[in-house]
Amino acid sequence: MKNHDIVIIGGGPAGMAAAVAAFDSGVRDVVIIDREDNLGGVLKQCIHNGFGLHKLGKELTGPEYAHVYAQQVRERGIKVYSGTTVTRITSDKIVTATNTDGILKIQAKAVVLAMGCRERSRGALNISGTRPAGVYSAGTAQKLINCDGYMVGKRVVILGSGDIGLIMARRMTLQGAKVEAVCEILPYSGGLTRNIVQCLEDYGIPLHLSTTVAEIHGSERLEGVTVAQVDQNRAPIESTRRYIPCDTLLLSCGLIPENELTLNAGIELDKVTGGAVVDQFRQTSIDGIFACGNVLQVHDLVDHVSDEAECAGASAAKYVLGNPSECGRITTCAGEGVRYVLPQRVLLSGEQVSLYLRVREPQTGVKLVVKSGERIIKTFPRLKAAPGEMEKLDIPMSLLSDADKTLTVSMEVQ
Amino acid sequence: MTRTLTCIICPRGCTLQAEINGDSVSVSGNACKRGEEYGRSECLHPVRTVTAVIRVENRPDCALSVKTAQPIAKEHIFDLMAVLRGMTVKAPVAIGEVICDNIYGTQVIATGSVE
Ligand code: SF4
Repeated sequence: MKNHDIVIIGGGPAGMAAAVAAFDSGVRDVVIIDREDNLGGVLKQCIHNGFGLHKLGKELTGPEYAHVYAQQVRERGIKVYSGTTVTRITSDKIVTATNTDGILKIQAKAVVLAMGCRERSRGALNISGTRPAGVYSAGTAQKLINCDGYMVGKRVVILGSGDIGLIMARRMTLQGAKVEAVCEILPYSGGLTRNIVQCLEDYGIPLHLSTTVAEIHGSERLEGVTVAQVDQNRAPIESTRRYIPCDTLLLSCGLIPENELTLNAGIELDKVTGGAVVDQFRQTSIDGIFACGNVLQVHDLVDHVSDEAECAGASAAKYVLGNPSECGRITTCAGEGVRYVLPQRVLLSGEQVSLYLRVREPQTGVKLVVKSGERIIKTFPRLKAAPGEMEKLDIPMSLLSDADKTLTVSMEVQ
Repeated sequence: MTRTLTCIICPRGCTLQAEINGDSVSVSGNACKRGEEYGRSECLHPVRTVTAVIRVENRPDCALSVKTAQPIAKEHIFDLMAVLRGMTVKAPVAIGEVICDNIYGTQVIATGSVE
């Protein structure tokens, strides 16, 4: 068994930023375990631009953003076990991994979970019809085109209008395919407005809201899909069914934090986020195990992933260097109109705490209200709020000193 | 003429009102200065940064990601893509390398590396 102070699981944007922050906080023995051959995670296939405006002050493509952090990892001499898959983490922080050399066991003092997320697959969507070739998750198609250099189809329908679906609509168009439609089962798109403009409107690609793919046709290769509008219960309306010939269907229907290892370690998970329950230092229910990035909550912007990972990395370093401070704690909860609040626990320590949340539905002219019991702690007015845009509320710790056990955040129309 | 636009410069996506009078455009609704520039350029001569992949001759199953160093005129996007689709490069290529020196008024540079 090897020993390392901090073991970071995942070499994507979260893992890299956590490693650098842990190192810069004074712990030298930091290692990253990454199942891929090169650092960067999903950024390697996100060749479009728009990354880093907030964090690095310039607009970069995904591979360039990854390169900045990979350099920082390299400059610090942080060891990377690449091509190595972690198979188990225990509550006493023994990490088991495998690679072509065999099995690796590491006793860590602290662990940072940065495994990212997965796409929801066709199997999870219950679309009826045949099972031909040509049905891809949007991210798989993105990897095939952008990393491996293969084009996946010529005539495309995309189900799901989250950012990956929108980005792929543009990518497919630029690479010479015809995107017939982007269908979204909800009455609004979950993607950023800028992506609807620059990925769909720029290329005249129609976006059909409250519409789903009801059936898949074709035996060997996909031949077409039947789309239909949906009612309030998201069930297809028979009379609106129509056939669109296509050879490719891309599914961009949500991302799921990849928490099998977390679950196995006995770490408490949040049913809504799909990630661990954490405090504001990103520590999970097990002391010394931290989580950050898309494995904790699915983010819209990589810049926020890096921020969160820096917090987790620095907290892990603090844990290893050992200056525990006893302090009171309160829990947070999502009230009316709010889907979740993270962190789920707040330790009464530090100058301020940032609460991250997503609202349930798009609204204009709202306020986000933080309450302790009936007492209003702070109110945040917003011109608009949408589920696709994570909200961040900064609350000075001084306001929480005599708060009850629970903080509730709700959305109210102004 | 007035146009309503969504600023695409940053994720905030401000809704802009652009008042167009011949060659002069006055923009409102922008939360920062870059929105004003975007509104003006979008009304007079819209431009976009293009990203793409190029085939790597001596590395099968591998593509090189590239971008235009400057945004190019929107009407040239498909012409540029046609050129890039027909191009190949030879590995090794390092991030930042110039792949194409002058095309539609810009350079095309590598955004990734291929060893
Ligand atoms: S105006 Fe400024 S803040 Fe608003 S979207 Fe454009 S760049 Fe972003």
